Amino acid sequence: MAETVFARPLALADVSTHYCPGCTHGLIHRLVAEVLDELEVKERTVGVAPVGCAVLAYNYFNCDFQEAAHGRAPAVATGVKRARPDLIVFSYQGDGDLASIGMAEIVHCANRGEKVTVVFVNNAIYGMTGGQMAPTTMPGQVATTCQLGRDVETAGHPIRVAEMISTLRTPAFVARATVHNPLVSVHAKEMLRRAFTYQVKGTCFSLVEILSTCPTNWGIPPAEATGWLEKNMLPYYPVGVFKTPDSGSREPKPLIS
Amino acid sequence: MAKKLMKGSEAIGEAAVQAGCKLFFGYPITPQNEIPEYMSMRLPQIGGAFVQAESEVAASNMIYGAAGTGERVMTSSSSPGVSLMAEAISYLAGSELPVVIVNIVRAGPGLGGILPSQGDYFQATKGLGHGDFRVLVLAPWSIQEAADLVQDAFDLADYYRNPVMVLGDGLIGQMMEPVEFHDGRQPLKVLEPKTWAATGCDGSRPTNVINSLFLDPEELERHNIKLKTKYDLMEADEVRYATKGADEDYEVAIVAYGTVARVCSTAIDELRQEGIKAALVRPITLFPFPYAAVRETAEKAKAVLVVELSAGQMIEDVQLALARSRPVHFYNRMGGMLVSPDEVVAKVKAILDGSSVEVHHG
Repeated sequence: MAETVFARPLALADVSTHYCPGCTHGLIHRLVAEVLDELEVKERTVGVAPVGCAVLAYNYFNCDFQEAAHGRAPAVATGVKRARPDLIVFSYQGDGDLASIGMAEIVHCANRGEKVTVVFVNNAIYGMTGGQMAPTTMPGQVATTCQLGRDVETAGHPIRVAEMISTLRTPAFVARATVHNPLVSVHAKEMLRRAFTYQVKGTCFSLVEILSTCPTNWGIPPAEATGWLEKNMLPYYPVGVFKTPDSGSREPKPLIS
Repeated sequence: MAKKLMKGSEAIGEAAVQAGCKLFFGYPITPQNEIPEYMSMRLPQIGGAFVQAESEVAASNMIYGAAGTGERVMTSSSSPGVSLMAEAISYLAGSELPVVIVNIVRAGPGLGGILPSQGDYFQATKGLGHGDFRVLVLAPWSIQEAADLVQDAFDLADYYRNPVMVLGDGLIGQMMEPVEFHDGRQPLKVLEPKTWAATGCDGSRPTNVINSLFLDPEELERHNIKLKTKYDLMEADEVRYATKGADEDYEVAIVAYGTVARVCSTAIDELRQEGIKAALVRPITLFPFPYAAVRETAEKAKAVLVVELSAGQMIEDVQLALARSRPVHFYNRMGGMLVSPDEVVAKVKAILDGSSVEVHHG
C-alpha cells in the first residue's frame, strides 16, 4: 500500500499564489502552515496579513484572517490577542510594512510582550509597489528610488530588525533565518516552530526574520537570486537566535563601579 | 439604579462597561484622559483588557483587531488624535467593523488648544478618512445623554456593522452631573450573532476574513453599493433631534448642537421673559443630519440663527436643509471661547431689529 510521505499542509489553501517565479514567499507560507499543522492549532489561529506582496495571504491559508493597514499588523494582532487570548495570532509582514511604516507598531508590540508571533519577511526591497528602496535595502543596491544604489550618506544603513528587537528588555524569542536552499529552510522551519511554541505555551512575544528573494525587483534571474542573497545579504544579516525568554537581557553597566 | 454624581469622562467609561464593552485601546490626550484612566481601572475588574497604545494610530488599529473577533470595543481621543485615527476608521468602515469612538473635541487647527470647540463637525460628518464612507455621529448635550448615547452607540455599531462616533467637547468630558444607569437595559435593535467574526475556523464554515481590499473593480463597486445602502438606511431610520418651544409661535428658530444648545436653551428662557419668542432645534445625530426637522422648525420662523463653536460648519447643513427659504444668521466663538446666553440673546435681538446680516454660502 502506498504511503503518503509528502502532502500539502492542511493549513495551506489548495490554490495557486500570485507570487513571482523565484520568490520565496510561497515557501515561507508553507513552512508556517506546516508548523500550524504540527502544533495542531490551525482551528484556533487568526492570521494578520500586511500591505505588500503578502497582502493576499488570507487567500493562501486555511485559517481565519484579518487584513491590516500598512504597517499596523502588530497593532491589529494586539487587538485580536487581547480580545481572545485563547487564539493563536500571527502577523506576516514584509520589510517596508514592518521596518518602515510599521516600525512603531512592531517595537511596541514586542516591548509590551504581546503573546503573538511575527513572521518578518526581509527581501531588501519594496515588492508590490515596484522595487523601491526599503529600510533593509543593502548599501549600493539599486532600487527604483535609488537608481545609483543605496547611498548610506543620505539613506542610512540597512536596519537589522532582529538585532534591534532583541535589545528590548521584555522577554521574547527573536531569531533570523533564511530559505535560499533546502538545508537552511529546515532551520527556518525550526525557528518558526520554536516561535509558535512559545506562543502556544503563553510564554512570550516571538519574531522570526526570514531572508527572502525578490528576483523580479532585484532584476536578476530566479536561479541567481539565491546566490545574490547568500553573497550580499547573509553577511550583513546573520542567521541565528538573538534572544530567548530565558536568556535575559544585557543590563547597562553603572557609570561608576 | 440611583442617580450618581459623575464626571462626564467617567460616565462615558461606565456607560461603555454597562453596554458590554470589554476592551479599550487608547492614547493620552487632553481633555479626555479621564476616559482611558477610568477604563484602565474598570476593565480588569470585569475580565476585560485595557491597553495604552504607543499612538492613536496604533490604538485605532488595535480596536480594528479586537472588533474583528466580535467583542465590544471602544477608543476615545481628542481632535488631533482623531486625525491620526482617520486611517483606521476608513479601514473599520470598509471592513464593516463595529466600534465606538468618542471624540472630546478641542479647539484647532493643529495643536490648537485644549478648550471646548465644535471645529471637528466637518471631519466627523463628512471627512473622517479616505474613501466613500460614513459613521453615525451622536452629539450629547448633558452627561446623562452622553451616558445614554454611548450605550446606544454600541447597539448601533453592532446593528450596522459600522463605526459610531460620540462627539462631545471639553465641557461634556469635564462637567459633573447626576447620571442614572438603568437596570435591565434592552438593546435598541435586534442584534444578529456575529457569524462574520475571525475567531478561528474548525472547518465547519469557510474561513472568515476581515478585509477591505477588493482588487476587482466590479466587486469593489458592489461593496460600495452595499455600504451606501447601509448609510441610506441610517438616514431613513436613525435621525434624532430635540426641540424646545417649537410647538408654540416664535420669530427666530435657533439651530445648535451639544453643549452650545444648552446655552441657547437658557437664552430662549431669558428671551421669553422679555416677550421675545424663539425656538430651538437641536440635532442629536449629526450624521444622519435632521434636515427635515430643521426645515420644519425653520419654516415657522421669520429667521434662523445657527450657533456654533466653529468658523461655521453645521451651518452648511442648515443651509442645505433650508435651500434659502429663510434668512440664516450665524453666531460663533472659536479657539476654546464659549458662547454665553447673553450673547445669544443679543444676537436674536439684532436679527429682529435688522442689525444682523444674514450669511450666504455659495
